[in-house]
Amino acid sequence: MTLHSVIGAGVAGLTVATELAARGAQVQVFDPAGPPGPHGCSWWAGGMLAPWCEYENAEEPVLRHGQTAIDWWAQHTEVDRSGTLVVAHRRDLPDLRRFSRRTEGYAQAGRDEITQLEPDLSGFEAGLHFPQEAHLDPRSALKSLRKALVAKGVPFYTEPASATLENAIDCRGYAARDQLVDLRGVKGEMLVIRCHDVTLRRPVRLLHPRIPLYVVPRGEGIFMLGATMIESEDKARITARSMLELLSAAFALNPAFGEAEILETGVDLRPAFPDNLPRIRRRNGRIYANGLYRHGYLLAPALAQGVADLALENTHSEFVDEDHR
Amino acid sequence: MRSFYGSQLANPLMLGTAQYPSPAILEAAFRDSKAAIATVSLRREGAGGAGQSFWQMIRDLEVHILPNTAGCHTVKEAVTTAHMAREVFDTPWIKLELIGHTDSLQPDVFQLVEAARILTEDGFEVFPYTTEDLIVGERLLGAGCEVLMPWGAPIGSGRGLANEYALRAMRSEFPDTPLVVDAGIGLPSHAAHAMELGFDAVLLNTAVARAGDPAAMARAMAQAVEAGRLACQADPIEPRDMATPSTPVIGKAFLS
Repeated sequence: MTLHSVIGAGVAGLTVATELAARGAQVQVFDPAGPPGPHGCSWWAGGMLAPWCEYENAEEPVLRHGQTAIDWWAQHTEVDRSGTLVVAHRRDLPDLRRFSRRTEGYAQAGRDEITQLEPDLSGFEAGLHFPQEAHLDPRSALKSLRKALVAKGVPFYTEPASATLENAIDCRGYAARDQLVDLRGVKGEMLVIRCHDVTLRRPVRLLHPRIPLYVVPRGEGIFMLGATMIESEDKARITARSMLELLSAAFALNPAFGEAEILETGVDLRPAFPDNLPRIRRRNGRIYANGLYRHGYLLAPALAQGVADLALENTHSEFVDEDHR
Repeated sequence: MRSFYGSQLANPLMLGTAQYPSPAILEAAFRDSKAAIATVSLRREGAGGAGQSFWQMIRDLEVHILPNTAGCHTVKEAVTTAHMAREVFDTPWIKLELIGHTDSLQPDVFQLVEAARILTEDGFEVFPYTTEDLIVGERLLGAGCEVLMPWGAPIGSGRGLANEYALRAMRSEFPDTPLVVDAGIGLPSHAAHAMELGFDAVLLNTAVARAGDPAAMARAMAQAVEAGRLACQADPIEPRDMATPSTPVIGKAFLS
Protein backbone atom coordinates (compact mmCIF):
# COMPACT_ATOMS: atom_id res chain seq x y z
CA MET A 1 0.00 0.00 0.00
CA THR A 2 1.34 3.43 -0.96
CA LEU A 3 2.50 5.57 1.95
CA HIS A 4 1.63 9.25 1.47
CA SER A 5 3.75 11.85 3.26
CA VAL A 6 2.14 15.14 4.10
CA ILE A 7 4.66 17.90 4.78
CA GLY A 8 3.36 20.73 6.94
CA ALA A 9 0.75 20.36 9.68
CA GLY A 10 -1.19 23.59 9.39
CA VAL A 11 -4.79 23.71 8.23
CA ALA A 12 -3.84 22.58 4.70
CA GLY A 13 -1.66 19.65 5.78
CA LEU A 14 -4.04 18.41 8.46
CA THR A 15 -7.11 18.53 6.22
CA VAL A 16 -5.20 16.75 3.44
CA ALA A 17 -4.04 14.04 5.88
CA THR A 18 -7.60 13.74 7.24
CA GLU A 19 -9.07 13.36 3.76
CA LEU A 20 -6.47 10.79 2.69
CA ALA A 21 -6.94 8.77 5.86
CA ALA A 22 -10.73 8.93 5.50
CA ARG A 23 -10.39 7.37 2.06
CA GLY A 24 -8.36 4.52 3.51
CA ALA A 25 -4.92 5.69 2.38
CA GLN A 26 -1.82 5.23 4.50
CA VAL A 27 -0.49 8.62 5.69
CA GLN A 28 2.35 10.09 7.70
CA VAL A 29 2.79 13.78 8.56
CA PHE A 30 6.01 15.79 8.85
CA ASP A 31 6.27 19.14 10.59
CA PRO A 32 9.53 20.17 12.24
CA ALA A 33 7.64 22.76 14.31
CA GLY A 34 5.60 20.04 16.00
CA PRO A 35 1.90 20.20 16.97
CA PRO A 36 -0.29 23.16 15.92
CA GLY A 37 0.98 26.41 17.44
CA PRO A 38 1.92 30.03 16.80
CA HIS A 39 4.49 29.01 14.18
CA GLY A 40 1.77 28.48 11.56
CA CYS A 41 -0.50 31.09 10.03
CA SER A 42 -3.62 28.96 10.50
CA TRP A 43 -3.11 29.40 14.26
CA TRP A 44 -3.87 33.11 13.82
CA ALA A 45 -6.91 32.82 11.59
CA GLY A 46 -10.34 34.19 12.39
CA GLY A 47 -11.96 30.83 11.70
CA MET A 48 -14.97 32.42 10.04
CA LEU A 49 -16.83 30.08 7.72
CA ALA A 50 -18.34 33.02 5.87
CA PRO A 51 -18.50 32.23 2.15
CA TRP A 52 -21.34 34.65 1.45
CA CYS A 53 -19.54 37.59 3.05
CA GLU A 54 -16.20 36.67 1.52
CA TYR A 55 -17.77 36.63 -1.92
CA GLU A 56 -17.84 40.44 -1.68
CA ASN A 57 -14.21 40.45 -2.72
CA ALA A 58 -13.43 36.91 -3.87
CA GLU A 59 -13.91 34.64 -6.86
CA GLU A 60 -16.88 32.32 -7.27
CA PRO A 61 -15.15 29.10 -6.06
CA VAL A 62 -14.87 30.68 -2.61
CA LEU A 63 -18.67 30.97 -2.42
CA ARG A 64 -19.30 27.47 -3.72
CA HIS A 65 -16.67 25.48 -1.82
CA GLY A 66 -17.05 27.61 1.28
CA GLN A 67 -20.63 26.43 1.74
CA THR A 68 -19.66 22.75 1.74
CA ALA A 69 -16.79 23.54 4.11
CA ILE A 70 -19.21 24.31 6.93
CA ASP A 71 -20.55 20.73 6.94
CA TRP A 72 -17.05 19.27 6.52
CA TRP A 73 -15.81 21.08 9.61
CA ALA A 74 -18.91 20.18 11.60
CA GLN A 75 -17.91 16.54 11.21
CA HIS A 76 -14.46 17.20 12.68
CA THR A 77 -14.77 19.93 15.28
CA GLU A 78 -17.23 22.19 17.03
CA VAL A 79 -18.85 24.62 14.60
CA ASP A 80 -21.03 27.52 15.70
CA ARG A 81 -23.71 28.20 13.10
CA SER A 82 -25.04 31.50 14.41
CA GLY A 83 -24.37 33.51 11.26
CA THR A 84 -22.58 36.80 10.67
CA LEU A 85 -23.73 40.35 11.25
CA VAL A 86 -22.33 43.11 9.03
CA VAL A 87 -22.76 46.71 10.17
CA ALA A 88 -21.58 50.15 9.10
CA HIS A 89 -21.76 53.56 10.63
CA ARG A 90 -24.12 56.05 9.06
CA ARG A 91 -21.33 57.79 7.11
CA ASP A 92 -20.21 54.49 5.61
CA LEU A 93 -23.62 53.40 4.34
CA PRO A 94 -22.36 53.50 0.72
CA ASP A 95 -20.00 50.68 1.72
CA LEU A 96 -22.90 48.71 3.18
CA ARG A 97 -24.95 49.16 -0.01
CA ARG A 98 -21.98 48.04 -2.07
CA PHE A 99 -21.50 45.01 0.19
CA SER A 100 -25.17 44.08 -0.23
CA ARG A 101 -24.91 44.34 -4.02
CA ARG A 102 -21.86 42.10 -4.14
CA THR A 103 -23.12 39.36 -1.83
CA GLU A 104 -26.14 37.12 -1.33
CA GLY A 105 -27.69 35.02 1.41
CA TYR A 106 -28.47 37.87 3.81
CA ALA A 107 -31.44 39.64 5.33
CA GLN A 108 -31.44 43.41 5.73
CA ALA A 109 -31.31 44.34 9.40
CA GLY A 110 -32.50 47.67 10.77
CA ARG A 111 -31.87 49.09 14.22
CA ASP A 112 -34.36 46.75 15.90
CA GLU A 113 -33.12 43.60 14.20
CA ILE A 114 -29.51 44.50 14.99
CA THR A 115 -30.12 45.02 18.69
CA GLN A 116 -32.26 41.89 18.77
CA LEU A 117 -29.39 39.86 17.33
CA GLU A 118 -26.66 41.64 19.26
CA PRO A 119 -27.94 43.71 22.19
CA ASP A 120 -24.48 45.23 22.69
CA LEU A 121 -24.47 46.82 19.25
CA SER A 122 -26.55 49.94 19.70
CA GLY A 123 -26.31 52.94 17.47
CA PHE A 124 -26.25 51.08 14.17
CA GLU A 125 -29.16 51.81 11.89
CA ALA A 126 -28.41 49.41 9.08
CA GLY A 127 -26.77 46.06 8.70
CA LEU A 128 -26.88 42.71 6.94
CA HIS A 129 -27.49 39.39 8.66
CA PHE A 130 -26.03 36.28 7.01
CA PRO A 131 -27.87 33.53 8.92
CA GLN A 132 -26.27 30.53 7.22
CA GLU A 133 -22.69 31.45 8.07
CA ALA A 134 -20.68 29.80 10.81
CA HIS A 135 -17.40 30.01 12.66
CA LEU A 136 -15.03 27.78 14.54
CA ASP A 137 -12.08 28.18 16.86
CA PRO A 138 -9.05 27.55 14.62
CA ARG A 139 -6.85 26.32 17.43
CA SER A 140 -9.39 23.76 18.63
CA ALA A 141 -10.05 22.74 15.04
CA LEU A 142 -6.36 22.05 14.34
CA LYS A 143 -6.02 20.12 17.58
CA SER A 144 -9.15 18.08 16.81
CA LEU A 145 -7.86 17.09 13.39
CA ARG A 146 -4.47 16.10 14.76
CA LYS A 147 -6.00 14.15 17.63
CA ALA A 148 -8.29 12.21 15.30
CA LEU A 149 -5.37 11.41 12.99
CA VAL A 150 -3.22 10.22 15.88
CA ALA A 151 -6.12 8.06 17.09
CA LYS A 152 -6.25 6.50 13.63
CA GLY A 153 -2.57 5.61 13.92
CA VAL A 154 -1.21 8.34 11.62
CA PRO A 155 2.38 9.08 12.73
CA PHE A 156 3.61 12.68 13.13
CA TYR A 157 7.33 13.35 12.75
CA THR A 158 9.26 16.45 13.77
CA GLU A 159 12.40 15.65 11.79
CA PRO A 160 12.56 17.35 8.37
CA ALA A 161 11.05 15.30 5.54
CA SER A 162 13.68 13.81 3.25
CA ALA A 163 13.94 15.47 -0.15
CA THR A 164 13.79 12.08 -1.83
CA LEU A 165 10.57 11.06 -0.10
CA GLU A 166 8.14 9.44 -2.52
CA ASN A 167 4.45 10.38 -2.70
CA ALA A 168 5.08 13.58 -0.82
CA ILE A 169 2.44 16.30 -0.55
CA ASP A 170 3.88 19.70 0.28
CA CYS A 171 1.44 21.79 2.35
CA ARG A 172 3.92 24.22 3.86
CA GLY A 173 2.20 27.48 2.93
CA TYR A 174 4.51 30.45 2.47
CA ALA A 175 7.53 28.30 3.39
CA ALA A 176 7.17 26.58 0.00
CA ARG A 177 7.84 29.82 -1.80
CA ASP A 178 11.25 28.59 -2.98
CA GLN A 179 9.40 25.96 -5.03
CA LEU A 180 6.43 28.08 -6.15
CA VAL A 181 7.67 31.25 -7.80
CA ASP A 182 4.24 32.87 -8.16
CA LEU A 183 3.39 32.40 -4.49
CA ARG A 184 3.48 35.54 -2.38
CA GLY A 185 2.83 36.41 1.25
CA VAL A 186 0.05 38.82 2.26
CA LYS A 187 0.64 40.18 5.71
CA GLY A 188 -2.13 39.89 8.25
CA GLU A 189 -2.16 41.22 11.80
CA MET A 190 -4.62 40.45 14.58
CA LEU A 191 -5.30 40.87 18.27
CA VAL A 192 -6.87 38.73 20.94
CA ILE A 193 -8.56 40.74 23.68
CA ARG A 194 -10.64 39.99 26.75
CA CYS A 195 -13.58 42.19 27.64
CA HIS A 196 -16.35 41.10 29.96
CA ASP A 197 -18.38 44.25 29.28
CA VAL A 198 -19.30 43.24 25.74
CA THR A 199 -21.15 40.13 24.66
CA LEU A 200 -21.39 39.13 21.03
CA ARG A 201 -23.18 36.02 19.91
CA ARG A 202 -21.67 35.81 16.41
CA PRO A 203 -18.86 37.27 14.29
CA VAL A 204 -19.46 40.94 13.50
CA ARG A 205 -17.95 42.82 10.59
CA LEU A 206 -17.68 46.58 10.68
CA LEU A 207 -17.36 48.08 7.21
CA HIS A 208 -15.08 51.04 6.72
CA PRO A 209 -13.41 52.35 3.55
CA ARG A 210 -9.92 52.04 5.01
CA ILE A 211 -10.12 49.96 8.17
CA PRO A 212 -12.60 47.12 7.84
CA LEU A 213 -12.71 45.03 11.01
CA TYR A 214 -14.11 41.71 12.09
CA VAL A 215 -14.63 40.62 15.66
CA VAL A 216 -15.01 36.93 16.39
CA PRO A 217 -16.28 35.95 19.84
CA ARG A 218 -14.37 33.03 21.35
CA GLY A 219 -16.41 32.80 24.55
CA GLU A 220 -15.59 33.77 28.14
CA GLY A 221 -15.12 37.40 27.17
CA ILE A 222 -12.43 36.64 24.63
CA PHE A 223 -12.54 38.17 21.16
CA MET A 224 -10.33 37.96 18.14
CA LEU A 225 -9.95 41.22 16.22
CA GLY A 226 -8.73 41.03 12.66
CA ALA A 227 -7.21 41.45 10.36
CA THR A 228 -5.04 43.70 8.28
CA MET A 229 -4.33 42.87 4.63
CA ILE A 230 -1.02 44.29 3.49
CA GLU A 231 0.98 43.41 0.38
CA SER A 232 4.12 42.88 2.37
CA GLU A 233 6.19 39.85 3.36
CA ASP A 234 7.39 41.29 6.63
CA LYS A 235 6.13 39.24 9.56
CA ALA A 236 8.34 40.52 12.34
CA ARG A 237 5.66 42.07 14.52
CA ILE A 238 2.36 43.94 14.40
CA THR A 239 2.88 47.66 13.70
CA ALA A 240 1.66 50.42 15.98
CA ARG A 241 -0.52 51.75 13.16
CA SER A 242 -2.25 48.42 12.61
CA MET A 243 -2.87 47.95 16.31
CA LEU A 244 -4.19 51.48 16.58
CA GLU A 245 -6.54 50.91 13.64
CA LEU A 246 -7.85 47.56 14.84
CA LEU A 247 -8.47 48.91 18.33
CA SER A 248 -10.04 52.13 17.03
CA ALA A 249 -12.43 50.11 14.90
CA ALA A 250 -13.33 47.89 17.88
CA PHE A 251 -13.84 51.00 20.01
CA ALA A 252 -16.15 52.38 17.33
CA LEU A 253 -18.15 49.14 17.42
CA ASN A 254 -18.63 49.41 21.17
CA PRO A 255 -16.69 51.88 23.34
CA ALA A 256 -16.58 49.29 26.15
CA PHE A 257 -13.83 47.55 24.17
CA GLY A 258 -11.66 50.45 25.35
CA GLU A 259 -11.32 48.71 28.70
CA ALA A 260 -10.38 45.33 27.21
CA GLU A 261 -7.20 43.49 28.16
CA ILE A 262 -4.90 42.76 25.26
CA LEU A 263 -4.03 39.08 25.51
CA GLU A 264 -2.18 38.40 22.26
CA THR A 265 -0.96 40.05 19.13
CA GLY A 266 -0.39 37.98 16.02
CA VAL A 267 1.18 38.50 12.63
CA ASP A 268 1.79 36.09 9.78
CA LEU A 269 1.77 35.76 6.01
CA ARG A 270 -1.14 34.34 4.07
CA PRO A 271 0.21 32.29 1.17
CA ALA A 272 -1.45 33.48 -2.06
CA PHE A 273 -1.26 33.02 -5.81
CA PRO A 274 -2.00 35.95 -8.15
CA ASP A 275 -5.77 35.32 -8.29
CA ASN A 276 -5.89 34.61 -4.54
CA LEU A 277 -7.26 31.11 -5.22
CA PRO A 278 -5.51 27.90 -4.11
CA ARG A 279 -3.62 25.59 -6.44
CA ILE A 280 -2.68 21.93 -6.52
CA ARG A 281 0.46 21.35 -8.55
CA ARG A 282 2.41 18.21 -9.33
CA ARG A 283 6.07 18.80 -9.94
CA ASN A 284 9.09 16.47 -9.80
CA GLY A 285 6.94 13.71 -8.41
CA ARG A 286 5.67 15.86 -5.56
CA ILE A 287 2.24 17.41 -5.05
CA TYR A 288 2.06 21.00 -3.84
CA ALA A 289 -1.17 22.21 -2.24
CA ASN A 290 -0.97 25.88 -1.40
CA GLY A 291 -2.34 29.42 -1.78
CA LEU A 292 -5.30 29.30 0.60
CA TYR A 293 -4.83 33.06 1.17
CA ARG A 294 -7.38 34.35 3.71
CA HIS A 295 -9.60 31.33 3.13
CA GLY A 296 -7.69 28.63 5.01
CA TYR A 297 -10.61 27.08 6.86
CA LEU A 298 -13.08 27.97 4.13
CA LEU A 299 -11.25 26.26 1.27
CA ALA A 300 -9.01 23.67 2.94
CA PRO A 301 -11.66 20.91 2.74
CA ALA A 302 -12.09 21.42 -1.03
CA LEU A 303 -8.32 21.63 -1.47
CA ALA A 304 -7.88 18.42 0.52
CA GLN A 305 -10.50 16.62 -1.58
CA GLY A 306 -8.69 17.81 -4.71
CA VAL A 307 -5.38 16.51 -3.40
CA ALA A 308 -6.90 13.15 -2.50
CA ASP A 309 -8.52 12.92 -5.94
CA LEU A 310 -5.16 13.57 -7.57
CA ALA A 311 -3.01 11.42 -5.28
CA LEU A 312 -5.32 8.41 -5.06
CA GLU A 313 -7.30 8.42 -8.31
CA ASN A 314 -5.27 10.70 -10.56
CA THR A 315 -8.37 12.78 -11.29
CA HIS A 316 -8.06 16.53 -11.68
CA SER A 317 -10.26 18.84 -9.65
CA GLU A 318 -10.59 22.52 -10.53
CA PHE A 319 -7.74 23.57 -8.28
CA VAL A 320 -5.24 21.36 -10.11
CA ASP A 321 -2.96 23.56 -12.09
CA GLU A 322 -0.22 22.06 -14.22
CA ASP A 323 1.09 25.24 -15.79
CA HIS A 324 4.63 24.60 -14.49
CA ARG A 325 5.57 28.22 -14.21
CA MET B 1 1.68 67.74 -26.25
CA ARG B 2 2.95 68.51 -22.78
CA SER B 3 5.43 65.97 -21.47
CA PHE B 4 5.88 64.50 -18.01
CA TYR B 5 9.52 65.22 -17.24
CA GLY B 6 10.37 64.41 -20.85
CA SER B 7 8.07 61.39 -21.20
CA GLN B 8 5.09 61.40 -23.53
CA LEU B 9 2.22 59.25 -22.36
CA ALA B 10 0.63 56.97 -24.93
CA ASN B 11 -2.51 56.93 -22.80
CA PRO B 12 -3.69 59.69 -20.45
CA LEU B 13 -4.88 57.20 -17.83
CA MET B 14 -2.91 56.59 -14.64
CA LEU B 15 -4.09 53.83 -12.33
CA GLY B 16 -3.35 53.14 -8.69
CA THR B 17 -2.53 49.58 -7.65
CA ALA B 18 -4.23 49.34 -4.23
CA GLN B 19 -7.46 47.65 -3.13
CA TYR B 20 -7.95 45.25 -6.06
CA PRO B 21 -9.52 41.88 -5.21
CA SER B 22 -6.35 40.16 -6.42
CA PRO B 23 -3.14 40.87 -8.34
CA ALA B 24 -4.61 38.90 -11.26
CA ILE B 25 -7.51 41.37 -11.48
CA LEU B 26 -5.12 44.29 -11.12
CA GLU B 27 -3.16 42.96 -14.07
CA ALA B 28 -6.36 42.56 -16.11
CA ALA B 29 -7.31 46.18 -15.38
CA PHE B 30 -3.99 47.40 -16.77
CA ARG B 31 -4.12 45.07 -19.74
CA ASP B 32 -7.66 46.06 -20.69
CA SER B 33 -7.21 49.82 -20.20
CA LYS B 34 -3.64 50.14 -21.50
CA ALA B 35 -3.07 52.64 -18.69
CA ALA B 36 0.34 54.24 -19.09
CA ILE B 37 1.33 54.75 -15.46
CA ALA B 38 0.97 52.63 -12.33
CA THR B 39 1.20 54.33 -8.97
CA VAL B 40 2.37 52.17 -6.09
CA SER B 41 2.51 52.84 -2.40
CA LEU B 42 5.51 52.00 -0.25
CA ARG B 43 4.94 53.48 3.16
CA ARG B 44 3.11 50.60 4.76
CA GLU B 45 4.26 47.79 2.50
CA GLY B 46 7.87 48.77 2.50
CA ALA B 47 9.36 47.82 5.87
CA GLY B 48 12.71 46.21 5.17
CA GLY B 49 11.97 45.84 1.45
CA ALA B 50 9.28 43.33 2.41
CA GLY B 51 6.88 44.13 -0.42
CA GLN B 52 9.09 42.42 -2.99
CA SER B 53 6.64 39.89 -4.42
CA PHE B 54 3.95 42.48 -5.00
CA TRP B 55 6.40 45.04 -6.37
CA GLN B 56 7.71 42.50 -8.84
CA MET B 57 4.15 42.02 -10.10
CA ILE B 58 3.91 45.79 -10.62
CA ARG B 59 7.20 45.80 -12.55
CA ASP B 60 5.90 42.96 -14.69
CA LEU B 61 3.04 45.21 -15.87
CA GLU B 62 5.70 46.95 -17.99
CA VAL B 63 4.24 50.44 -17.62
CA HIS B 64 5.81 53.60 -16.16
CA ILE B 65 5.94 53.20 -12.39
CA LEU B 66 5.11 56.22 -10.27
CA PRO B 67 5.82 55.35 -6.63
CA ASN B 68 3.90 57.41 -4.10
CA THR B 69 4.21 58.56 -0.53
CA ALA B 70 0.62 57.69 0.40
CA GLY B 71 0.15 57.51 4.14
CA CYS B 72 2.91 60.01 4.94
CA HIS B 73 2.00 62.84 7.29
CA THR B 74 5.32 64.64 7.68
CA VAL B 75 8.05 65.97 5.40
CA LYS B 76 10.53 63.59 6.96
CA GLU B 77 8.38 60.51 6.35
CA ALA B 78 7.72 61.56 2.76
CA VAL B 79 11.39 62.20 2.00
CA THR B 80 12.43 58.86 3.50
CA THR B 81 9.73 57.04 1.55
CA ALA B 82 10.77 58.78 -1.67
CA HIS B 83 14.35 57.63 -1.21
CA MET B 84 13.21 54.08 -0.62
CA ALA B 85 11.01 54.28 -3.72
CA ARG B 86 13.91 55.46 -5.85
CA GLU B 87 15.95 52.48 -4.71
CA VAL B 88 13.18 49.90 -5.11
CA PHE B 89 11.93 51.03 -8.52
CA ASP B 90 15.04 52.72 -9.91
CA THR B 91 13.11 55.84 -10.96
CA PRO B 92 13.46 59.54 -10.09
CA TRP B 93 9.67 59.90 -10.29
CA ILE B 94 7.75 60.31 -7.07
CA LYS B 95 4.11 61.12 -6.50
CA LEU B 96 4.33 63.31 -3.46
CA GLU B 97 1.39 62.93 -1.15
CA LEU B 98 1.40 64.59 2.26
CA ILE B 99 -1.76 63.96 4.16
CA GLY B 100 -2.90 66.69 6.51
CA HIS B 101 -5.78 64.89 8.11
CA THR B 102 -6.36 61.15 8.40
CA ASP B 103 -10.09 61.46 8.06
CA SER B 104 -10.47 63.80 5.08
CA LEU B 105 -7.13 62.76 3.51
CA GLN B 106 -6.79 66.39 2.46
CA PRO B 107 -3.26 67.30 1.34
CA ASP B 108 -1.17 69.42 3.70
CA VAL B 109 -0.02 71.92 1.10
CA PHE B 110 2.46 73.69 3.39
CA GLN B 111 4.47 70.55 4.06
CA LEU B 112 3.96 69.57 0.42
CA VAL B 113 5.83 72.60 -0.88
CA GLU B 114 8.67 72.05 1.57
CA ALA B 115 9.03 68.36 0.72
CA ALA B 116 8.85 69.13 -3.00
CA ARG B 117 11.77 71.55 -2.68
CA ILE B 118 13.90 69.05 -0.76
CA LEU B 119 13.19 66.27 -3.23
CA THR B 120 13.70 68.25 -6.45
CA GLU B 121 17.03 69.53 -5.10
CA ASP B 122 17.92 65.91 -4.58
CA GLY B 123 17.20 65.05 -8.21
CA PHE B 124 13.68 63.70 -7.87
CA GLU B 125 11.01 64.44 -10.46
CA VAL B 126 8.06 65.27 -8.28
CA PHE B 127 4.36 64.79 -9.07
CA PRO B 128 2.67 66.66 -6.21
CA TYR B 129 -0.84 65.73 -5.10
CA THR B 130 -2.30 69.14 -4.28
CA THR B 131 -5.52 71.11 -4.07
CA GLU B 132 -6.78 73.38 -6.85
CA ASP B 133 -5.28 76.45 -5.13
CA LEU B 134 -3.41 78.58 -7.69
CA ILE B 135 -0.90 80.05 -5.28
CA VAL B 136 0.03 76.63 -3.96
CA GLY B 137 0.46 75.57 -7.59
CA GLU B 138 2.81 78.51 -8.17
CA ARG B 139 4.83 77.64 -5.09
CA LEU B 140 5.13 74.03 -6.19
CA LEU B 141 6.42 75.09 -9.59
CA GLY B 142 8.79 77.45 -7.79
CA ALA B 143 9.99 74.48 -5.73
CA GLY B 144 10.96 72.72 -8.94
CA CYS B 145 7.88 70.65 -9.79
CA GLU B 146 7.10 70.38 -13.50
CA VAL B 147 3.74 68.65 -13.06
CA LEU B 148 0.74 69.50 -10.86
CA MET B 149 -1.86 67.02 -9.69
CA PRO B 150 -4.88 68.78 -8.17
CA TRP B 151 -7.67 66.77 -6.62
CA GLY B 152 -11.05 66.46 -8.25
CA ALA B 153 -12.63 65.64 -4.87
CA PRO B 154 -11.36 63.95 -1.70
CA ILE B 155 -9.57 60.60 -2.13
CA GLY B 156 -11.94 57.69 -2.58
CA SER B 157 -15.05 59.88 -2.52
CA GLY B 158 -16.00 59.25 -6.16
CA ARG B 159 -17.70 62.64 -6.37
CA GLY B 160 -16.15 63.84 -9.62
CA LEU B 161 -14.89 67.38 -10.13
CA ALA B 162 -16.14 69.21 -7.07
CA ASN B 163 -14.84 72.61 -8.19
CA GLU B 164 -14.85 72.82 -11.95
CA TYR B 165 -14.37 76.58 -11.94
CA ALA B 166 -11.09 76.29 -10.00
CA LEU B 167 -9.79 73.52 -12.23
CA ARG B 168 -10.54 75.64 -15.32
CA ALA B 169 -8.72 78.55 -13.69
CA MET B 170 -5.78 76.27 -13.01
CA ARG B 171 -5.65 75.14 -16.63
CA SER B 172 -5.54 78.72 -17.90
CA GLU B 173 -3.12 79.87 -15.18
CA PHE B 174 -0.58 77.13 -16.00
CA PRO B 175 -0.89 76.67 -19.77
CA ASP B 176 2.50 74.97 -20.19
CA THR B 177 2.43 72.69 -17.14
CA PRO B 178 1.11 69.15 -17.41
CA LEU B 179 -1.92 68.92 -15.14
CA VAL B 180 -3.44 65.71 -13.82
CA VAL B 181 -6.71 65.38 -11.96
CA ASP B 182 -5.82 63.05 -9.11
CA ALA B 183 -8.45 61.67 -6.73
CA GLY B 184 -12.20 61.95 -6.53
CA ILE B 185 -13.03 60.28 -9.83
CA GLY B 186 -15.94 57.84 -9.52
CA LEU B 187 -17.30 57.48 -13.04
CA PRO B 188 -15.99 57.59 -16.61
CA SER B 189 -17.99 60.80 -17.13
CA HIS B 190 -15.88 62.44 -14.39
CA ALA B 191 -12.69 61.36 -16.13
CA ALA B 192 -13.95 62.61 -19.50
CA HIS B 193 -14.93 65.89 -17.84
CA ALA B 194 -11.36 66.44 -16.60
CA MET B 195 -9.95 65.76 -20.05
CA GLU B 196 -12.52 68.07 -21.69
CA LEU B 197 -11.20 70.86 -19.46
CA GLY B 198 -7.81 70.36 -21.06
CA PHE B 199 -6.14 68.31 -18.36
CA ASP B 200 -3.33 66.08 -19.56
CA ALA B 201 -4.18 62.95 -17.64
CA VAL B 202 -6.38 61.48 -14.95
CA LEU B 203 -5.16 59.44 -11.99
CA LEU B 204 -7.61 57.16 -10.23
CA ASN B 205 -7.65 54.02 -8.14
CA THR B 206 -10.74 53.33 -6.02
CA ALA B 207 -13.22 53.81 -8.87
CA VAL B 208 -11.63 50.90 -10.74
CA ALA B 209 -10.30 48.72 -7.91
CA ARG B 210 -13.55 48.68 -5.95
CA ALA B 211 -15.88 48.37 -8.93
CA GLY B 212 -17.70 45.08 -9.26
CA ASP B 213 -15.74 44.37 -12.44
CA PRO B 214 -12.47 46.31 -12.19
CA ALA B 215 -11.20 45.34 -15.64
CA ALA B 216 -14.41 46.51 -17.32
CA MET B 217 -14.37 49.77 -15.37
CA ALA B 218 -10.72 50.32 -16.29
CA ARG B 219 -11.61 49.91 -19.95
CA ALA B 220 -14.52 52.34 -19.54
CA MET B 221 -12.18 54.88 -17.95
CA ALA B 222 -9.67 54.47 -20.78
CA GLN B 223 -12.38 55.13 -23.36
CA ALA B 224 -13.62 58.12 -21.39
CA VAL B 225 -10.23 59.83 -21.12
CA GLU B 226 -9.66 59.24 -24.81
CA ALA B 227 -13.09 60.71 -25.63
CA GLY B 228 -12.42 63.70 -23.38
CA ARG B 229 -9.01 64.32 -24.91
CA LEU B 230 -10.38 64.14 -28.46
CA ALA B 231 -13.24 66.45 -27.55
CA CYS B 232 -10.84 69.00 -26.09
CA GLN B 233 -8.69 68.93 -29.22
CA ALA B 234 -11.78 69.20 -31.40
CA ASP B 235 -12.67 72.65 -29.99
CA PRO B 236 -16.13 72.03 -28.54
CA ILE B 237 -18.94 74.51 -29.04
CA GLU B 238 -19.80 77.03 -26.37
CA PRO B 239 -23.00 76.45 -24.40
CA ARG B 240 -25.68 79.07 -24.98
CA ASP B 241 -29.07 79.95 -23.61
CA MET B 242 -31.13 79.67 -26.80
CA ALA B 243 -31.66 76.69 -29.03
CA THR B 244 -29.63 76.87 -32.24
CA PRO B 245 -31.43 75.19 -35.12
CA SER B 246 -29.28 72.80 -37.08
CA THR B 247 -31.59 73.03 -40.10
CA PRO B 248 -32.57 76.21 -41.96
CA VAL B 249 -35.50 78.06 -40.46
CA ILE B 250 -36.24 80.35 -43.38
CA GLY B 251 -39.83 80.00 -44.43
CA LYS B 252 -40.94 78.68 -41.07
CA ALA B 253 -42.85 80.70 -38.52
CA PHE B 254 -39.90 80.65 -36.16
CA LEU B 255 -40.68 83.98 -34.58
CA SER B 256 -44.24 83.11 -33.73
